Amino acid sequence: MSHLNAKSARGLTRMAATELRDVMASGEVSAREVTQAHLDRIAATDDRVQAFLKVLDTQALAHADDIDRRRAAGEPLGALAGVPLALKDILATKGIETTCSSKILETFRPPYDATVVQKLRAADVVVLGKTNMDEFAMGSSTENSAFQKTFNPWDLQRVPGGSSGGSSAAVAAFDAPLAIGTDTGGSIRQPAAFCGLVGVKPTYGLVSRYGLIAFASSLDQVGPLTRTVKDSALLLQAVAGYDPADSTSIPEAMPDVLTDLERGIEGLRIGVVREFMGDGMEPGVRARVDEALARLEKLGATLVDVTLPHAAYGVSAYYLIAPSEASSNLSRYDGVRYGLRVEGETAEEMMANTRAAGFGPEVKRRIMIGTYALSAGYYDAYYAQAQRVRTLIIRDFAQAYTHCDVIVSPTTPSTAFKVGEKSDDPLAMYLNDVYTIPSNLAGAPALSLPVGLDDLGLPVGLQVMAPILGEAVMFRVARALEADLGFDPTPRGAHALEGVQ
Amino acid sequence: MALSTDDVRHVAKLARLALSDDEVEALRSQLSDILAYAEKVGEVVAADVPPTSHAYALSNVMRADEPTPSLSAQDALSTAPQAEDGRFQVPQIVGGE
Repeated sequence: MSHLNAKSARGLTRMAATELRDVMASGEVSAREVTQAHLDRIAATDDRVQAFLKVLDTQALAHADDIDRRRAAGEPLGALAGVPLALKDILATKGIETTCSSKILETFRPPYDATVVQKLRAADVVVLGKTNMDEFAMGSSTENSAFQKTFNPWDLQRVPGGSSGGSSAAVAAFDAPLAIGTDTGGSIRQPAAFCGLVGVKPTYGLVSRYGLIAFASSLDQVGPLTRTVKDSALLLQAVAGYDPADSTSIPEAMPDVLTDLERGIEGLRIGVVREFMGDGMEPGVRARVDEALARLEKLGATLVDVTLPHAAYGVSAYYLIAPSEASSNLSRYDGVRYGLRVEGETAEEMMANTRAAGFGPEVKRRIMIGTYALSAGYYDAYYAQAQRVRTLIIRDFAQAYTHCDVIVSPTTPSTAFKVGEKSDDPLAMYLNDVYTIPSNLAGAPALSLPVGLDDLGLPVGLQVMAPILGEAVMFRVARALEADLGFDPTPRGAHALEGVQ
Repeated sequence: MALSTDDVRHVAKLARLALSDDEVEALRSQLSDILAYAEKVGEVVAADVPPTSHAYALSNVMRADEPTPSLSAQDALSTAPQAEDGRFQVPQIVGGE
């Protein structure tokens, strides 16, 4: 980005993490200057975007100063030293409010850091603040936050996606080059698609869940949101790794996603899911996805028709499995150990009153679905049957991967919708996740990358899925397409953060 | 699956959620719709298919039984709504008769 003056605040906020790392390493700019430029950007834009629940100015500048001091002294620095990041408010930060956008945790200050937060610190990533989200990560629009709505920088009348909508809006608004989100049924990939970003859900177990506030434990996974494919690869590498504190952490090493990143896709077989290319998607999404498929062929890949016959049952299975796990996980919010307490005559009444006052409507809905699905007489028809369907979806993927190296599909059936458009219809909201859910059920990696704009000027995402621990080939495909497309991540258009550009 | 308001109140009791009458009615209708959609899983013939609880199966994750530093009682209690004498404090659970 030689056309940008690295010393100008605007120049710094436009840079990718890789570029910021280099200009700081060369001594051209300090970590303090980089941090201050991004804090200034937040101050100038977040009244309209509302991506952040809390901005950590003091801590961020102190960390930046410490990095500058250590660099001057020749001391060792982390791999992403001085690069700013926006952190979803679902990861525990010691002594700093961690709310999950819920009233029940409004004043919760964890006594420990999540493993991901420790790893970010070890990489010398500067955490700028904590981002808004759907309460307990339940939602696809960030409208379920108990505290504020977040608006899409591409169109301030529209949602940024969810549940990691604060993180996606922050990166799209150039508040930070990096953000951390979490993805249980699409909560990184869908907001990435809606905001014109790269978003990655890694293989289940690759990133520790220790200190991640649990929603659905067999599905939840932490991952990056960035403006470039390489930035996502670097951030994933920084936070991945075996963690004895998480019993579902996998012992295998993080796949090497950098060595072959630029190798191209000549000779690769790319599966196109027949069931995902039907009538369900908007014409604007279909047009950009079709063009992206043509580009992949032009770049030397072979397109292969694959079928995932049980994927049609993915949303149904997910909306039994995830709420069931949530109803169990959220039983911990009982007014005893942390969070809100609303008094009652008995312990049981205190718990029921606390949960009534502390949880929002969507969280109550999911707890109710889960409790019902797990209750006596219904367990086998609902929860156990959903888990059998999960097995069949895993088998579908295994069969498909005998014919191809990666699988692609649209990330979402539509581009970003308007604030309020779907908030009264829970089922319509759930169907946002139709293409993303199967990868969560299979525990396999998937990413979304921007492949252009629809007729309204809103970003369209393409999903690239890979087998378990297939991150290297997944990133390679995304990088080849990114280089060929040259997508500009600057929000533009009549209703964009900065108007027509 | 059409739920009755009694069904909703029963599940709410199991889930320890105090609900208003308006919430009960809204949930009755919403849960009926959502469960009707979720019931589609029943269309799949899968009686002989083993259920998957975790996609990446790990079993018997053990560690050596050695004490290591952990959260102090003071830190653990720092987040409690009410604590006394180094313990979490709750309303009376067992009756006094």
